Amino acid sequence: MLCCRLAALGARRRLRPLGPAAVLQCHHLRYPSRSLMSSGVPGKAGSNLLFYLIVGGTVTGAGAYVYKTLRENKERFTSRVTTITARSQENASSPSGAASRGSAAPEAHPEVPSHVPFLLIGGGTAAFAAARSIRARDPGARVLIVSEDPALPYMRPPLSKELWFSDDPNVTETLRFKQWNGKERSIYFQPPSFYVPARDLPFVENGGVAVLCGKKVVHMDVRGNMVKLSDGTQISYDKCLIATGGSPRNLPAIERAGKDVQQRLTLFRKVEDFKSLEKISRQVKSITVIGGGFLGSELACALGRRARTRGLEVIQLFPENGNMGKVLPEYLSNWTTEKVRREGVNVMPNAVVKSVSVSGNRLMIKLKDGRKVETDHIVAAVGLEPNVELAKSAGLEVDSDFGGFRVNAELQARSNIWVAGDAACFYDIKLGRRRVEHHDHAVVSGRLAGENMTGAAKPYWHQSMFWSDLGPDVGYEAIGLVDSTLPTVGVFAKATAKDTPKSATEQSGTGIRSESETEAEASEVPTSPSASPMPHVPKQGEDYGKGVVFYLRDKVVVGIVLWNIFNRMPIARKIIKDGEEHADLNEVAKLFNIHED
Amino acid sequence: MSYCRQEGKDKIIFVTKEDHETPSSAELVADDPDDPYEEQGLILPNGDINWNCPCLGGMASGPCGEQFKSAFSCFHYSTEEIKGSDCVDQFRAMQECMQKYPDLYPQEDENEEKEKSSKDLEDTPVEASVAKEEKGSS
Repeated sequence: MLCCRLAALGARRRLRPLGPAAVLQCHHLRYPSRSLMSSGVPGKAGSNLLFYLIVGGTVTGAGAYVYKTLRENKERFTSRVTTITARSQENASSPSGAASRGSAAPEAHPEVPSHVPFLLIGGGTAAFAAARSIRARDPGARVLIVSEDPALPYMRPPLSKELWFSDDPNVTETLRFKQWNGKERSIYFQPPSFYVPARDLPFVENGGVAVLCGKKVVHMDVRGNMVKLSDGTQISYDKCLIATGGSPRNLPAIERAGKDVQQRLTLFRKVEDFKSLEKISRQVKSITVIGGGFLGSELACALGRRARTRGLEVIQLFPENGNMGKVLPEYLSNWTTEKVRREGVNVMPNAVVKSVSVSGNRLMIKLKDGRKVETDHIVAAVGLEPNVELAKSAGLEVDSDFGGFRVNAELQARSNIWVAGDAACFYDIKLGRRRVEHHDHAVVSGRLAGENMTGAAKPYWHQSMFWSDLGPDVGYEAIGLVDSTLPTVGVFAKATAKDTPKSATEQSGTGIRSESETEAEASEVPTSPSASPMPHVPKQGEDYGKGVVFYLRDKVVVGIVLWNIFNRMPIARKIIKDGEEHADLNEVAKLFNIHED
Repeated sequence: MSYCRQEGKDKIIFVTKEDHETPSSAELVADDPDDPYEEQGLILPNGDINWNCPCLGGMASGPCGEQFKSAFSCFHYSTEEIKGSDCVDQFRAMQECMQKYPDLYPQEDENEEKEKSSKDLEDTPVEASVAKEEKGSS
């Protein structure tokens, strides 16, 4: 910038002397032509000679003047340039001196390295799992995570479960929760000391993982192996992982509704959403959760728990017939809905939102069937839109059926580009092309992508699982394609008085589960009388206490739900991996020992 | 006696404990221990250490990852009578590194780490291992 200013100065100075001299010269040019024209008439030679002498002298004089002026100006220009440069150097050195006080080297490392061997776009679970996998397999690997989120990588499941059940009044600050084994941990995968500062990443001896928080990758140049951030920074890479996850969807009815409604809306996904909703739950009288899937039901149960102690009204609306209607078979979904109601939630199934408006200081939700719901705050949990903005600049394929970046069975999109987590639509050799939005899938696919980025060339094979807890009576783990449109076979243990959900929770070894106060609840659980060994006909309202549900596609088990039984995931995984046709699924159910704890 | 009910496309079976006492007749496909696609445990089929095993948590990938790998490798291949007795230097280097990051490697777990190294770990599910690796600050 300085150079430009100096060049302009110089140019101006150069131009100025030309002005009057040019005029002088022009005059002289004109004179000779006129005199030439006029001297067509042969005149007196003497007067001609005098004339030429005068003209010549003037020209020479003018020329000399011009030359002198130019030289002076040049000298002045040079001296001025020197002065200015000297002054600017003083100015430049003092701020940079202040900035580099920390570092000893006269040239400070740039804040962001211009090249990294492993670039991970996105700072969530999949990216962290990939970083760990790369570091484990490639000694001294240098991994840079670029995350739009201002927070370091953390896990999401506790945001809608464990954190709400914490007794700590400061939980929104500490973000710590108690695990199934009683030990506490933070939602952050690692504390800040685990990570290397980004500026030191190319130089630190054994490599490491650096995280750039609050920075978004806006452009990807696949040919040049380079990305551009929102602030213009460019980073080139050798291998790149796209783990951009997704953004919560919104209802069209709410989007149309205007700012007054938007201010009373939470689209729940991140840590700050948890913090803000936790605060709101203490301030308002009524919260409505729209959505009947995992997130909606878990949040409704978490808020419902608070409802009992704080007089908060919790309503849950969704279009399906019951909670988890797209996941569980109808009888189980209905049973679950009853349990959610017992958690203090006013569940309204078959509810489609038509419009939302503000009336008084409250929200008015109008449903398509004419019902009206008055509330103070809305939490929308209506799905996730995969973040595929980079597909355009990168020239990557987006899947039209499932959304997300289309990748092969090894999670690869192009030669040096992999995709993992919520944003990956991948080919599952056993179950077909799919896109999975669960925590364990992010871990498994992130780890696999990291392995493949370090040369493993392995396909997606280890089937990921998922789980959900909806209060003390409903806790399940599942694996594979768990779609309620598939035909199912459910095998349940006939409940005895001995079965309590609390014992099942304590035995759990395969998940982060909340500690539930089940002693008070267990007495409310209806148990069928089984004093006699004689079988009795189960009636409507039978208690589905423990069991296993098989989901079938062309007579092959493609999905399994372990209902209130735990520590059996390996056998479930095995059955799906085998992909065999089993004639009698009751025999397969025996492998799960559902009557034992 | 088990009882069966059909609700549309969904079949529901209720079984008593006695119903399930007889061994299952379901056949499972035999596993190939050398399947390259399978998730491996701590020790790979060829005898090498699987540094990416979920059971190790973040030990091999953290700031002291290199020191941990060299100490554990030395121990694994050690043929001394007291296994690992020739690896004192590596373990000391690992300990020194870990002391620099007290919130990553809480000091109380030093003995636990040594015990961990001295027995083969079972492959545990990711959630449990994630839980194990990050201890509370107290």
